Amino acid sequence: MSTTTTDLAALGAALRAAIGADRVISDRQELRTYECDGLAQYKVVPALVALPVDAAQCAAVVRACVAAGVPFVARGSGTGLSGGALPHADGVLIVTSRMRDILEVAPADERAVVQPGVINLAVSRAANPHGWYYAPDPSSQQICSIGGNVAENSGGAHCLKYGFTTNHVTGVELVTPDGDLVRLGGRAPDAPGYDLLGAFVGSEGTLGIATEVTVRLTRLPESVRTLLAAFESTDQAGAATSAIIAAGVVPAAVEMMDALAISAAEAAVHCGYPAGAGAVLIVELDGPEPEVAAQFDQVERLCRDNRAFEIRIAVDDAERALFWKGRKSAFAAVGRISPDYIVQDGVIPRTALPEVLRRIGELSAERGIRVANVFHAGDGNLHPLVLFDASVDGQTERAEEVSGAILDLCVRHGGSITGEHGVGMDKAKYMPRMFTDDDLDTMQLLRCAFDPAGLANPGKVFPTPRLCGEVPGRRKGVHPAQEAGLAEVF
Amino acid sequence: MPADGVLGRLRAAAAGGGPDNPDPVRVADAHDTIAGVPARYVAAPRDTAQAAALLRAAADLDLAVTVRGGGTRQDWGSPPRRLDLILDTTALAGVVEHAAGDLITVVRAGTRLDELAATLAGARQQLALDAPLPGGTIGGAVATNASGPRRMLYGTARDLLIGVTLVRADGVVAHAGGKVVKNVAGYDLAKLVTGAYGTLGLVTECAFRLHPLPAAAAYVTRRVGDAAEAGRLAGTVRAAQLAPAALEVDAPAGGGAAVTVLLEGTPAGVAARAEATRRLLGADATASDEAPDGWGRYPWRGGDIGLKLTAALSGVPGLLADARAAADRHALPLALRGSAGVGVLHAGVPGTADPERVGCLVDALRAATAAVAGHAVVLTAPPAVRDRVDLWGPVDGLALMRRVKQRFDPDARLAPGRFVGGI
Ligand SMILES: Cc1cc2nc3c(=O)[nH]c(=O)nc-3n(C[C@H](O)[C@H](O)[C@H](O)COP(=O)(O)OP(=O)(O)OC[C@H]3O[C@@H](n4cnc5c(N)ncnc54)[C@H](O)[C@@H]3O)c2cc1C
Ligand SMILES: Cc1cc2nc3c(=O)[nH]c(=O)nc-3n(C[C@H](O)[C@H](O)[C@H](O)COP(=O)(O)OP(=O)(O)OC[C@H]3O[C@@H](n4cnc5c(N)ncnc54)[C@H](O)[C@@H]3O)c2cc1C
Repeated sequence: MSTTTTDLAALGAALRAAIGADRVISDRQELRTYECDGLAQYKVVPALVALPVDAAQCAAVVRACVAAGVPFVARGSGTGLSGGALPHADGVLIVTSRMRDILEVAPADERAVVQPGVINLAVSRAANPHGWYYAPDPSSQQICSIGGNVAENSGGAHCLKYGFTTNHVTGVELVTPDGDLVRLGGRAPDAPGYDLLGAFVGSEGTLGIATEVTVRLTRLPESVRTLLAAFESTDQAGAATSAIIAAGVVPAAVEMMDALAISAAEAAVHCGYPAGAGAVLIVELDGPEPEVAAQFDQVERLCRDNRAFEIRIAVDDAERALFWKGRKSAFAAVGRISPDYIVQDGVIPRTALPEVLRRIGELSAERGIRVANVFHAGDGNLHPLVLFDASVDGQTERAEEVSGAILDLCVRHGGSITGEHGVGMDKAKYMPRMFTDDDLDTMQLLRCAFDPAGLANPGKVFPTPRLCGEVPGRRKGVHPAQEAGLAEVF
Repeated sequence: MPADGVLGRLRAAAAGGGPDNPDPVRVADAHDTIAGVPARYVAAPRDTAQAAALLRAAADLDLAVTVRGGGTRQDWGSPPRRLDLILDTTALAGVVEHAAGDLITVVRAGTRLDELAATLAGARQQLALDAPLPGGTIGGAVATNASGPRRMLYGTARDLLIGVTLVRADGVVAHAGGKVVKNVAGYDLAKLVTGAYGTLGLVTECAFRLHPLPAAAAYVTRRVGDAAEAGRLAGTVRAAQLAPAALEVDAPAGGGAAVTVLLEGTPAGVAARAEATRRLLGADATASDEAPDGWGRYPWRGGDIGLKLTAALSGVPGLLADARAAADRHALPLALRGSAGVGVLHAGVPGTADPERVGCLVDALRAATAAVAGHAVVLTAPPAVRDRVDLWGPVDGLALMRRVKQRFDPDARLAPGRFVGGI
């Protein structure tokens, strides 16, 4: 796909005519603002940036791209950690930051309808006065967009009990990769037909651009209780987690931090976690008061039975916020104890936690690379922070090796290469470690149904784009795209 | 090709796929029909490899294929336009894995829901899908995305299914998702095949997230005058802090209605919430640890007309009133029952009703559901009614759906015509 400068100039003019000159950026310096998302190791300056204000403009931009045969990439807030919103050098970056209206908060329907650029936390802020909130709560909730959440099927600390974005989005309006506006789902459940909404959520901008999202609102719980338990080791904290789950309790959240993550958080935000802890657990229960009261006692006992040496119970919201502060700032805090770090995101079955953490420890020791662990223990979603110093020879490579080895470890234990950050650009090469060629080809059938021309966020998620004209399942030998030097097999 | 030639080739394919299953292929008999359409052959593969070999052979022989699980919902959807081979999943059964500590299970698609429930109960766990009568399979429950009362707390098959193995129309085996609850690697094909009525592939294995069995449960019921009043009362329950597992209305054709709230949790918690619910519902509300009659059953019997009506939540009382009024207008007895707490109702009309009048009622129900952002789908109906009404009604995104079907099943051999828009 190579596009000439004159083609792009013509496309720029078409976009200006379609959505207004002040909504199209072509100045090189301004374009640089958009060269990466939250994963700064990949940088590409887009050819053009479009800032549509509504669905019709968004569709007009996509149609102009289709007419020009130019790829387009959607971008919400650009907080993605897998390079999903990494621009295409010859393409248009479609940014939703001017689509930030909350169109409706309808508590009686348990729904809110929002434009894609609306910030996650803004939905809860709008719903709170009515007694409702939006449950999926990525740590980035103060800055990430609902459109980005839909594209990534984002999760958060409370997903153990409440599920992920896909369980909380009941409708989208999208611009298909050929420029049509289509509605899937809405306020009522179970629209007839294929669950294309379910397939769209988590598709990382490769099946079109969401222009309106209908989300489920959740009732603010009657009661919330939070405890912080300190253990000597992650093994003990892991055992406590398993015991809680085995007892039939489904907490709203179970989060774990290891010693290195704790010390990073202390240095940054002085959260005052118990001294000498090898691991802390934050366990939160919510729901009707009588249920929470009964289960909270049980959780506290199970933590003690599994050798928690200190348990603190939040007496009020301020104290609860303090417990969470250390956890929520952990990613950023690591920046204080290491010049560079990789935020990894892998998933394992919860019961494999002790074994996998031990192995990560060994990998770290073998390669001389520190790894801090902060994670959603309840659902086995690890976030190892792999620390390194890029100015030291060879450390970057070693850190990447450790980071990749951790993913292999996850796959070997029957887990996933990503629990919430997505595949994007960054992990496309790992997809074949989890999926066979046939699996990936089958996913491409869906891709080709939506995007036969392959213009929607090309090069993301899949290591080798399959050409949509091919007969399914009949591929033998070297892929033609590979032979033509158009794609690489990792 | 002569019939026995086809049989021979299917048998050869099956033998290649699974050595210890000598004769999984036979000629169809009089019972082997799908929604009234007779098949020519039946094959009952035992595992994914054998199913794949059979589907590859079916592709080579250009056979039209429909999947049959327990056969309890074969009258749902339209009859297949073309049918040669029934792929019967009854031998494709068994629990592959139950990792109790991880709250997940992997099961073969032909496993009966009641058998799975018995296995999981041993570990005090459950797959939280309602299945009131025996016989239905996991694959059938997934393929029809049927839902019962407890979807209010636990969600539906689409929410609980975390991984899937499917065999495509061309016999290629594909996996999506996996065995962990949190997973965003690749497209969620498990969602795509949920509710697809077997038109995109044969589902051979499913991985589900499980829930602990609740230690205690209570049903609190209040009888009221009519359906609309039941709908309003349901709204009151939703607005309170009771966190019910289910919130159902039941309005039989004969008149009167009831609201039932199911509470699940710890013994102390359930007792306290049941008492609070009783106070909220009013003086004559009763609490019981037994489900009321008809709980979780469709309000119709075999041979009747069964519909699914959906609505935005605020529209539920209005829809209940409108549906009742429309039935009265067309002088048809209409039984309504369903999950007022999530906006999904089921409606039944006797199969003997005049098809013309049923057609008018369906039109009225479509208008009533459309007014509250929902849909009215006819799930099952006698042939005379099917001829008169469009089963599915308007479908958003139909053009995209056709494109998906075209990619997955370009020769339209999987249950052709069963699904929306004649897919
Ligand atoms: C400090 C920090 C903490 C984080 N914590 C979490 C966490 O706890 N859980 C979690 O899940 N993630 C987390 N993330 C990752 C990130 O915030 C999420 O992936 C988020 O959903 C991205 O939203 P965004 O608006 O920034 O999307 P972007 O980064 O702009 O885009 C992400 C992807 O979505 C696509 N996209 C964007 N908008 C649309 C649209 N309207 N239609 C179609 N596709 C679109 C893009 O093409 C891209 O592929 C974290 C990130 C940071 C920086
Ligand atoms: C309120 C309520 C009431 C219910 N009542 C009953 C009841 O009375 N009896 C009962 O048994 N269950 C009942 N169920 C459970 C559920 O509806 C059935 O278990 C299920 O839908 C039918 O399973 P089956 O195996 O009989 O499917 P079938 O009738 O055999 O098949 C149904 C459809 O699914 C397709 N299909 C089946 N298996 C597969 C597969 N592996 N891959 C792809 N497609 C497949 C078929 O082609 C067909 O289109 C009820 C559920 C609810 C919520």
